[in-house]
Amino acid sequence: MSADLAWISAAITAARPQAVGALLRYFRDLDTAEEAFQDACLRALKNWPANGPPRDPAAWLIMVGRNAALDGVRKRSRNTELPSEEVLSDLGDQEERAAERIDAGDYRDDVLRLLFICCHPDLPATQQIALALRIVSGLSVKQIARAFLVSEAAMEQRITRAKREVAGGEVAFETPGAVQRSERLAAVAAMLYLVFNEGYSAGDNPERAQLCDEAIRLTRLLLRLFQTEPEIMGLLALMLIQHARTPARFDAEGQVVLLDDQDRGLWDRKRINEGLALIDKAMRHRRPGAYQVQAAIAALHARAAAPADTDWPQIDALYASLERLTPSPVVTLNRAVAVSKVRGPEAALEMIAPLEDRLAGYFHFHGLKGALNLELGRHAEARAAFDRAIALANTAAEAAHIRQHLDRLMADHPAPATGAR
Amino acid sequence: MLYALLCYNDEDTVWAWDKAQEDEVMGRLAVVRGKLERKGKLGPSLRLLPTTAATTLRKSDPPLIIDGPFAETKEQLLGFYIVDVANLDEAVAVARELGEANPGGSYEIRPLALYNAGADLRVPA
Repeated sequence: MSADLAWISAAITAARPQAVGALLRYFRDLDTAEEAFQDACLRALKNWPANGPPRDPAAWLIMVGRNAALDGVRKRSRNTELPSEEVLSDLGDQEERAAERIDAGDYRDDVLRLLFICCHPDLPATQQIALALRIVSGLSVKQIARAFLVSEAAMEQRITRAKREVAGGEVAFETPGAVQRSERLAAVAAMLYLVFNEGYSAGDNPERAQLCDEAIRLTRLLLRLFQTEPEIMGLLALMLIQHARTPARFDAEGQVVLLDDQDRGLWDRKRINEGLALIDKAMRHRRPGAYQVQAAIAALHARAAAPADTDWPQIDALYASLERLTPSPVVTLNRAVAVSKVRGPEAALEMIAPLEDRLAGYFHFHGLKGALNLELGRHAEARAAFDRAIALANTAAEAAHIRQHLDRLMADHPAPATGAR
Repeated sequence: MLYALLCYNDEDTVWAWDKAQEDEVMGRLAVVRGKLERKGKLGPSLRLLPTTAATTLRKSDPPLIIDGPFAETKEQLLGFYIVDVANLDEAVAVARELGEANPGGSYEIRPLALYNAGADLRVPA
């Protein structure tokens, strides 16, 4: 019985984006679509254990969900007789195939649309993520609240507000044209990367780390629907290779372990291999993009058996093309790390000096500035930068990591008596 | 007689397994494999990466490279090769060469997640 339930819940989770997406196109209303899907799931729980799994769970759920919602309407308008539960649950293969035929051509745009409505530009990033986890992934409000470390009531409120925002917006239900489709894909890719990063930035919290797996699952689904998009290949590769390092990123006390110090034997080779294969595939298209370049950088780290084997000149060159594709001070800051390995800490400091104004409130800027100064033996500057970094740390692990540097620095080179700390 | 057992399942579901589920299934499979291995009955066994990592070479003239898995339903799986290559380009080159020797149909080029060589089996003479 419990094996049944596990199978059913896995099948429902896998079918959800497609089924809710199709129901949304049909009813043009998110709440109705979700209710219809919910109804279909309840019937699946009753029906599937006895009759066995349908050949195409998504088509079954769409068909049954659609009928259930229409019944609701009919019931409310006190119309004619309702089809019995048996009729609904005994969908033959034929009907299933019919449902598939109706929808097959639209499936990929249905899923894309469902993801796209979560990217409403008026919604802050955290709400886009919460909304996607609720309506696309089907996580419970409780699960999402736990991942964001807020109360269930607060999360409920946030999601309700986000839904209202989305309902008020214009959603195009006709099949998108090529330009609109690629705009949607770009927005959805950015949102999925937000979901991933929400999990990645909190690797010491297992609830949130699961968001990485969920982002990968949804991106894989998106790539299966849009198989020729090199940037989606790049995004999936980037997520896989970054997530492959998760087992090595934190020590037993939950402290950050930097890339150079990670036990590379703990990296998940299966994820890395999948990522490398996807980059190969993407590169054949000769249409470079920001995700592909970032994935290529991650791949160079993954390919190095030891930190000393890292191809820093190539990483420097890739960051240079990333600066051209998506200019940002953070990209330049990352490039400075590669520059410090290729041309030394002095050159790297020169490179980040002009960023000081824009990155004054950025933890990693001061962390890198401290480390570069430390390498150059400029202890006072290093100390000042590390102090600033600690004040700006986002997580306890980040702060603890900088404090280690600082403690070592203090032990080796105590601050002058007059120096304020 | 040698038999191939070809594994089919919904990859969305299988690739969404968490580590605990994955380890549990792999553990159970290892027991079965171990039994077969001790009897010298198990040849190569492998696991493919998801179809999203696949590329297909249609052996038309000229050959056509398509992103994604082999999707026709009118052709059947006839056999497969395992090749050790540096990257996808090299794998595609091998497929092209094989395709010239044997035109018609397609090769789906799919990276492997796992590979166990197993026993050195022979087709009975």
